[in-house]
Amino acid sequence: MIQFMQQLINGISLGSIYALIALGYTMVYGIIKLINFAHGDIYMLGAYIGFVFATKTGMGFIPTLIVAMITCSIIGVVIEMIAYKPLRNATRITALITAIGVSYFIEASTQKVMGTNPRAFPNLLPKGNLNISGVVITYQQIFILVVTVLLMIGLQFVVTKTKIGRAMRAVSVDTDAARLMGVNVDQTISFTFALGSALAGAAGVLVGIYYNSINPLMGLVPGVKAFIAAVFGGIGIIPGAMLGGILIGVTEALVSGYGSSLYKDAVVYVILIIILVVKPAGLLGKNVREKV
Amino acid sequence: MLKIEDLNVHYGVIHALKGVSLEVKQGEIVSLIGANGAGKTTLLHSISGIIKSTSGSIIFEDNDITKRSAKDIVSYGVTQVPEGRRIFKGMSVEENLYMGAYLRSDKDGIHKDLESVFERFPRLKERIKQNAETLSGGEQQMLAMGRALMARPKILLLDEPSMGLSPLLVKEIFKIIIDINKQGTTILLVEQNAKMALGIANHAYVLENGKIVLSGLGHELANSPDVKKAYLGG
Ligand SMILES: Nc1ncnc2c1ncn2[C@@H]1O[C@H](COP(=O)(O)OP(=O)(O)OP(=O)(O)O)[C@@H](O)[C@H]1O
Ligand SMILES: [Mg+2]
Repeated sequence: MIQFMQQLINGISLGSIYALIALGYTMVYGIIKLINFAHGDIYMLGAYIGFVFATKTGMGFIPTLIVAMITCSIIGVVIEMIAYKPLRNATRITALITAIGVSYFIEASTQKVMGTNPRAFPNLLPKGNLNISGVVITYQQIFILVVTVLLMIGLQFVVTKTKIGRAMRAVSVDTDAARLMGVNVDQTISFTFALGSALAGAAGVLVGIYYNSINPLMGLVPGVKAFIAAVFGGIGIIPGAMLGGILIGVTEALVSGYGSSLYKDAVVYVILIIILVVKPAGLLGKNVREKV
Repeated sequence: MLKIEDLNVHYGVIHALKGVSLEVKQGEIVSLIGANGAGKTTLLHSISGIIKSTSGSIIFEDNDITKRSAKDIVSYGVTQVPEGRRIFKGMSVEENLYMGAYLRSDKDGIHKDLESVFERFPRLKERIKQNAETLSGGEQQMLAMGRALMARPKILLLDEPSMGLSPLLVKEIFKIIIDINKQGTTILLVEQNAKMALGIANHAYVLENGKIVLSGLGHELANSPDVKKAYLGG
């Protein structure tokens, strides 16, 4: 039981980070039907921006988090403007290939500027842990959980309660109808990229702190995992991405804890395949055939 | 109020509108009838700035809106109720209505207009928090019209509002259109239901294969042998 609780807690903290990244995938997919393969690299950039800012200024966790989030959101908007906007009317595969290209570009540029070796992320959060009858929770895990929950509540508020959030949903449902209401679709898409990239940037800083080590290719695996989390929950559906991220994190931790960490990725894929067979639109998705 | 001159629209090689000219005067109801594929929706989308024309001009109250953005056109007072309603699924009735007021920031005015939409369509008020997707066809049409009214349009463009509705509901919708017009909103109505559309129109146009082939007073067209033969079932 103690072992189970322990893995559950490890799984939830890791999963909440996957969820933060998955949200960006799912929001961008929802609004322009693009699988933004460069999204994992935005998360990596968030880690590096946090690293550079914290080591250069010596500032603490909150300023580092905010700077990483803001810078990432600007980068996300610029990438959308330069790489994706000109392809708005192109085929989906063209945009997808472009996204893969952007991903390589970001990775190679970071390797060029920061070097290919891993860097040690500064310790921005207090070390130490709580021991609740044998189950160990580190302060870092608590921080990660608190920060991700706050960010998700914030996101949920923006999306459901504000005018721009309403516009985001309207554009996702029917772009031309939103245009007929006077929504500036380009601005709304930019805003979506800004939001998603800010969350990825936050995830980058949190992971930097959690694992203490960052490198230019660190976005690859979590990027794929987060993408799976988004599909898991039903791509385009925000609560689905949160649920999917947590589920994947917990699955991985349990498999590592009880079986072997060698199998954790395989198990995640198997579950994904089962879900897609049983419920093709994802856990929270509605099984409607896509309009063409 | 709205003046379209020699408008041409292409979809790639398809020449969808071929030199269309049309005028809507303030306070009027103007109906545009035509068969499937005649180009009616294309014309409304060109006015709304969703489709760009290849040549010709669209003037609304001294503003040349031919090349303006959809957003500017809405802010000038031109709002469309699109074909097939196109309400925002997954959003509540209330949120759909607020989307109509997207460009407005006068909170009090928006609130007042919301109340008057509910007065006009009491069924929407009963379903205010309901997912718009779950409304019936007629209710969705009312929502689409209410949503457009939330923009406080000077001219309302209606694309086949009677599509798929029972005869009783069609009557109700047309009564509402007349009423909206009486309260000062100019109407450009696109319809396949020629009888009803000509019946309420001051002026009317017949569009065939992208060309205006007939125009005149509503009752004139309703009595014209050509129109009777082609659109009124003999
Ligand atoms: N996006 C598009 N791409 C290519 N051709 C189009 C497109 N939209 C419309 N068309 C063509 O343009 C012509 C006019 O279409 P439009 O939708 O304006 O007709 P309509 O009068 O509204 O018809 P309906 O009564 O069926 O709604 C048709 O021949 C149609 O096939
Ligand atoms: Mg049409």
